Amino acid sequence: MASASSRALGAGLKPRVSFMYSLGEPRTLLSIVLTVVAVGLSVIALFPLFWVLWMLLSRGAALVSPMLFLELTPGAGMVGGGIGNAIVGTIVVALLATGLSLPLGFLAGVYLAEYGGNTKLSTSVRFAAKVLTGMPSILAGVFAYASVVVVTGSFSALAGGVAMAVLMVPTVMLTSEQALRGVPQKMKLAALGLGATHAETVLKVVVPTAMPGILTGVMLALARAMGETAPLLFTALFSDYWFEGDLGEPVASLAVLIYNFSGSPFENQVQLAWAASLVLVAMVLVLNVVAQIVTRRPKEY
Amino acid sequence: MGDAQVSTVMISRAENVRPSISRAPTAWQKQFDKAFRGLAYIFGLAVLALLGAILFEVMRHARTAMSEYGLSFLSTSVWDANSSRFGILPQILGTLYTSVLGLLIGGGLGITVALVLSQGFLDRRIELLMKNIIELLAAIPSVVYGLWGIFALIPALRPVANWFHEHLSFIPFFSTRLSGPGILPASLVLSIMILPTVTAISREAMAAVPKRLAAAAYGLGATRWEVIFRVTIPSAAGGIFGALVLGFGRALGETMALAMLVGNANVFGLSLFSPGTTLAALLANHFPEAGGIEVQALMYAAVVLLLITLIVNALGSLIMMRTTAGLKGLS
Repeated sequence: MASASSRALGAGLKPRVSFMYSLGEPRTLLSIVLTVVAVGLSVIALFPLFWVLWMLLSRGAALVSPMLFLELTPGAGMVGGGIGNAIVGTIVVALLATGLSLPLGFLAGVYLAEYGGNTKLSTSVRFAAKVLTGMPSILAGVFAYASVVVVTGSFSALAGGVAMAVLMVPTVMLTSEQALRGVPQKMKLAALGLGATHAETVLKVVVPTAMPGILTGVMLALARAMGETAPLLFTALFSDYWFEGDLGEPVASLAVLIYNFSGSPFENQVQLAWAASLVLVAMVLVLNVVAQIVTRRPKEY
Repeated sequence: MGDAQVSTVMISRAENVRPSISRAPTAWQKQFDKAFRGLAYIFGLAVLALLGAILFEVMRHARTAMSEYGLSFLSTSVWDANSSRFGILPQILGTLYTSVLGLLIGGGLGITVALVLSQGFLDRRIELLMKNIIELLAAIPSVVYGLWGIFALIPALRPVANWFHEHLSFIPFFSTRLSGPGILPASLVLSIMILPTVTAISREAMAAVPKRLAAAAYGLGATRWEVIFRVTIPSAAGGIFGALVLGFGRALGETMALAMLVGNANVFGLSLFSPGTTLAALLANHFPEAGGIEVQALMYAAVVLLLITLIVNALGSLIMMRTTAGLKGLS
């Protein structure tokens, strides 16, 4: 080969493959065109986000006022009103869901990280969590409907909380497990070496160390669940009144409000749907950002 | 010898100054340890039980409808609670159609974005910024996308779609007008929703391809895109495929955006601009007011949806597992 190419060069011919970067070469040209196309498509992919955010601000921000947060949702054709009951309802259902999913997800995470090892049981628990993550969120609603609404005979905040908790459990569990596994072995060994039992090591050393990671998981799960509408549609349903402390009653939520009012023929309700979207997105984003900040505190051990 | 002497001296001195903080656990501590271990086991099992309970509850309520309607439930297309006739053929077809369309658009864009973000096209800081923006897409609730679709996307699409209909109506995809909600806006919103999933997973797969493979190809004189098409994509193919399958799974189960944008007409047509329906939209629309046998039929539809997504997700996970195992030897 070498002699052949040097012979070609010797004969005064151009080498067949040039290592020079030239635009005239079809291969290079194709490469540049594809690069432009790819970067262009990526910019297009970002476009919807900005469009959505712009719409939220331009149509939702106009209504932001104390009234929005303090007044009840207006009926059809009524003027004014706010989304106060929906904000309260969203928070109630979210707290309920956190209360239900946190103990379950956290302790299951402890099991996976500390006791499960690579046994068959822990593999199947992890598999179950994966299935739950991939399950359509409306099926969490169907489950809560079948196990709470049908049993108690009415739509209720409790049913909504159960549905949302089902969505949160796998995320809380898997992130807890990861956070617990991230605790350095030497810290555990130090505690065990001082005579602490395994349980004490976990509770007094491993869990406090992993706390930021666990909190992040909970907040991310909550942020995801709070935006979900499908599981609440036929569990928590909706209510035009304030939440009065009875978990057995239907309760309003921002997500269902947006859905209900999006099809409304009344401009006032559509406006409120935009305002509610803005508030909901703001709540979700704040949770996301706080979750990021909590994990970002690097600790050296 | 000397060492041993020193250490005994040290121990005795430590005992003199203050008692050691290390000691054997008391009986109570041992009991507590056992109890905590048991508790952790129970909660691990509880997650398993939760999945079991979901499957059991849905199946239990669907049982009557399953024996009543049998397999013809899947192949008929009437949904009429008054005459108790139920069939979900248009819903199944609509679910698959919108998901495939969403996957074609969102998957293609997602892989492109993943390439741009993983192959050193952009400055590191811009890459990170773009990655965060794409992740933000996933944080927006689907009901908000639905609202945006109704009031921003559909009005913007309508003139374009109707131009296509007027000039190219002989193509079945453009055979109707877009008057409002329809397959196309629903699929477009779906594609936006699966974009972050596809991007994140396939980006990871591409970043996991050992750098020396690409370097070797560059060394042979390959251009950037020759490296991408002949080295990066084939090496990351499993991960990319897994990302697409998982994105497809997400699209199948997505409810709200579809319930708001697909039109909820109990028909199925090839036209991109005609209204349609999906399984999840059916559940969202009929559950709040359903009673009696219709609830059972809806539960049956939920079982079908659950089965479809389970199969797709299991396939995706399997592909991902096999590829990560395959790449281990290379890095």
